[in-house]
Amino acid sequence: MYRKAISYSVFNSIAVLTLAAGSAATAQTLINGAGATFPAPIYQKWFSDFHKQHSDVEINYQPKGSGAGIAAVTDGTVDFGASDAPLSDAQLKTFQDKHGFPLLHFPTVAGAAVPSYNLPGIHSGLNFTGEALAGIFLGKITKWNDPALTGPNPKMKLPDADIVVVHRSDGSGTSYCFTDYLSKVSPEWKQKVGKSTSPNWPTGLGAPQNNGVAGQIKQTQYAIGYIELIYALNNDIAYGNVKNEAGTFVKPDLASVTAAAAGAAKTMPADFRVSITNAPGKDAYPIATFTWLLIPEQIKDANKAKDIKEFLQWMLMTGQNDAQSLSYARLPKEVVAKEEKAIANIK
Amino acid sequence: MLFLTGVCTLIAVSVLFFILGYLFQKGGRSLSWHFFTNLPAPTGETGGGMANAILGSGQVLALATCIGVPIGFTAGVYLAEYSGAAFASIVRFMTDLLNGVPSIVVGVVTYTLVVLKTGTGPLAGGIALGIMMIPIAVRSTEEFLRAVPNSLREGAMALGASHWKTIVTVVIPAAIRGILSGMMLNLARVAGETAPLLLTAGLSMYWNHGWSQPVATLPVMIYTDAIGPQQDLHQQAWAAGFVLLCLVLLVNVLARTVISRGIHKPR
Amino acid sequence: MVSSATVASGIRPQGRMLSYLSRLKTGDEIARLIALTAASAIVAITLLLVWNLWTVSAPTRAKFGWSFLLARIWDTNTDQYGALPYIYGTTLTSLLALVIAIPLGVGAAIFLAELAPPRISDAFTFLIELLAAVPSVVFGLIGIFMLVPILESSVVPPLKKSLSFLPFFTGPFYGVSIFTASIVLSLMIVPFIISVSREVLLAVPRDLREAALAVGATKWESTWQVVVPFARSGIFGSIFLALARALGETMAVTMVIGNTPNIKATLLAPGYSIAAKIANEFGEARGMVLSALVELGLVLFALTIVINGAARLLILMTTAKGTQQ
Repeated sequence: MYRKAISYSVFNSIAVLTLAAGSAATAQTLINGAGATFPAPIYQKWFSDFHKQHSDVEINYQPKGSGAGIAAVTDGTVDFGASDAPLSDAQLKTFQDKHGFPLLHFPTVAGAAVPSYNLPGIHSGLNFTGEALAGIFLGKITKWNDPALTGPNPKMKLPDADIVVVHRSDGSGTSYCFTDYLSKVSPEWKQKVGKSTSPNWPTGLGAPQNNGVAGQIKQTQYAIGYIELIYALNNDIAYGNVKNEAGTFVKPDLASVTAAAAGAAKTMPADFRVSITNAPGKDAYPIATFTWLLIPEQIKDANKAKDIKEFLQWMLMTGQNDAQSLSYARLPKEVVAKEEKAIANIK
Repeated sequence: MLFLTGVCTLIAVSVLFFILGYLFQKGGRSLSWHFFTNLPAPTGETGGGMANAILGSGQVLALATCIGVPIGFTAGVYLAEYSGAAFASIVRFMTDLLNGVPSIVVGVVTYTLVVLKTGTGPLAGGIALGIMMIPIAVRSTEEFLRAVPNSLREGAMALGASHWKTIVTVVIPAAIRGILSGMMLNLARVAGETAPLLLTAGLSMYWNHGWSQPVATLPVMIYTDAIGPQQDLHQQAWAAGFVLLCLVLLVNVLARTVISRGIHKPR
Repeated sequence: MVSSATVASGIRPQGRMLSYLSRLKTGDEIARLIALTAASAIVAITLLLVWNLWTVSAPTRAKFGWSFLLARIWDTNTDQYGALPYIYGTTLTSLLALVIAIPLGVGAAIFLAELAPPRISDAFTFLIELLAAVPSVVFGLIGIFMLVPILESSVVPPLKKSLSFLPFFTGPFYGVSIFTASIVLSLMIVPFIISVSREVLLAVPRDLREAALAVGATKWESTWQVVVPFARSGIFGSIFLALARALGETMAVTMVIGNTPNIKATLLAPGYSIAAKIANEFGEARGMVLSALVELGLVLFALTIVINGAARLLILMTTAKGTQQ
């Protein structure tokens, strides 16, 4: 009986101590966010650097997927969200109806979804057309030596082997970007599957997260999948070039992504929701996307509102310089200018 | 044939060693003092650790114990000592039901009932894990209390002790070692649960601010680091996995030492 | 010290109330009330859980009814939801895990209970029970990085060659599959089978063994034909305990099963379990999708209850024949 009492008080003291440890920091503002996994590395760096400069602000970010980020910010369980996929009109309406004010989009960086593959002997430089990619992911093109693939790659020796398709099993902004592109280049894809963070994939294996897909491609011979560029670079997986709207096979890299983003900058809508897949321009990489921070227009806590606005300003001025070293494309100047003005919309 | 059974045993035992060895090789070797004292650092920076996750796990488990142990223990006492009532069979049935709830479902229910009102954090995480602790706490308490011979109870009553005094001063102390060890094993088991925490505890790169603010926990950190692209974060995930496993094994060893010194339950 | 519990039954209501209050003072009643409260709390929590699952899944239950269990398509974009591939994946991986774990587990339990010297038996049992404490996310990581390469290089090719006449080992193998998930699950549940079976076997009276040996049985015959049947119900109990754990396992399975809602005969194809589906999609699920996922959770819960019920029935039936447990 007494032993139980002792173990109880031990547990309770541990709980109290941990709470005290946390409370020592409550002089600070804690801002919670959740969302896309793709930009998580640079967000973590930004939040950490910002905290070093403003020690009373802690911005916390949990990467759990674009869809989950949108859901969390709509539920109100986080202060801000993050997503590679812009909200649809329906999703915006849901947020508006629930909270009484809109959700604002702020682009942070741009990235690329690259077709990665595991073909023995072929490391880089495989050319893909949009139709070929659509055919593969529809399950129509099943062999690597299909004419749709050998055509653009006359010098490569493609094997007579079955293609193993890999896609995301969880809701993903990367999936949205990829299917958005496929919907633009293939009417059949648009009709059968469409663009979504959780498309109803006609074929292929599902792996959770970009890393899961990368791992699966690496382990499976003759596999093909789409992952963010940074995952292909970090895991040393071969990735190919994609034919863009102007007809050139463009290699995905920071320059070609920036070219795609720049093309869109001129026609950027006021709410920053724009798709930059299949962007015009001969250097533009066609499967590119912005990634956004989703900030509610009105934030109850005045401190949080002030800190978020300060962070956004800092991100646009200083944070952008970190993008290159972490393999993200920085925002075009025009977009930065527009965004700085838009920060004032947050109340 | 008998030789085959020996082979089966060797296979079962060697799996544990493989896992330990693999974890040590992948993560244990990169453990340092930093790991236990520092907050996580973003990729590319060295010196990051999982101090907040270790503390966060402790916080969540402390709450889970405060929920699971009292309810489970007292209900176990009820089932063992007052089991004449028809209600007792209902309770037993419900306990079995609760035990059968998959951990992800517990997470889902806790999300809809708690997180939507308070947000993610140690409160929600502790409630989810506490619910998971209850059935096993009930079962192990009941078992060890039943194992106490009736002669002890009758002896106490013959000396004039009332029912509740008998239970508190004679029966429970006789079974306490087994019960404590059962609780420790229970704790070790929920310490490794990831699925409910993914939905209820959130994640934090800083020290926890409060019971309804996101908190870093070891299992969720492992999962999150393992799915990122950076190799240095993978290193952290393996190291954390090794630490978690060691902590869990430590509690298990402790639990078994406690029980081996007490009353053996009859086999 | 004797409480006034010996109240005659024929007294007036006020009298009964008074005597109840006086019983309260002696502490017995308080203690019973406290214990009763805790027990009721459990009933309340369980009912709350089931009620919550029931109400959140109401939209899809109303829309699909029983066809939810038999439909195959799950498409959030068109709001079509079917649970069959996930039920298939869950039951198949769990059953297969049992197929692997039962011989391994019962075999090891026999060795530890009958053959091993007591110290080795205790030491090995201790180690095996530690296996049950390994966190499931660790099992998942080990599954991906250790098991999959081994399967791809040394296990699956010979299996495919020798068992190609069966439909179970045909088709391409990508590392993640029902087969891989079943193996990981079996390793996770085998400690339960070993630990409980061993205890039950140890509890079998010596006389039975000696009697068998006395009439000329070999050690193996005595074990297999006398001791094990005697402990049968306890062993079955351990199997059902293991099965319940396998059905609900989430993290390890989602990392190695392939997350593809297939229903195929071959075990080498990837699959999808209910728990993995919920874990993957819950984060972003709202509205109809959320309802469908929660209904999936309800299905899993129901599956576990049915199996537990069957287990109890089995144990009741076999216990009647005089076996121990």
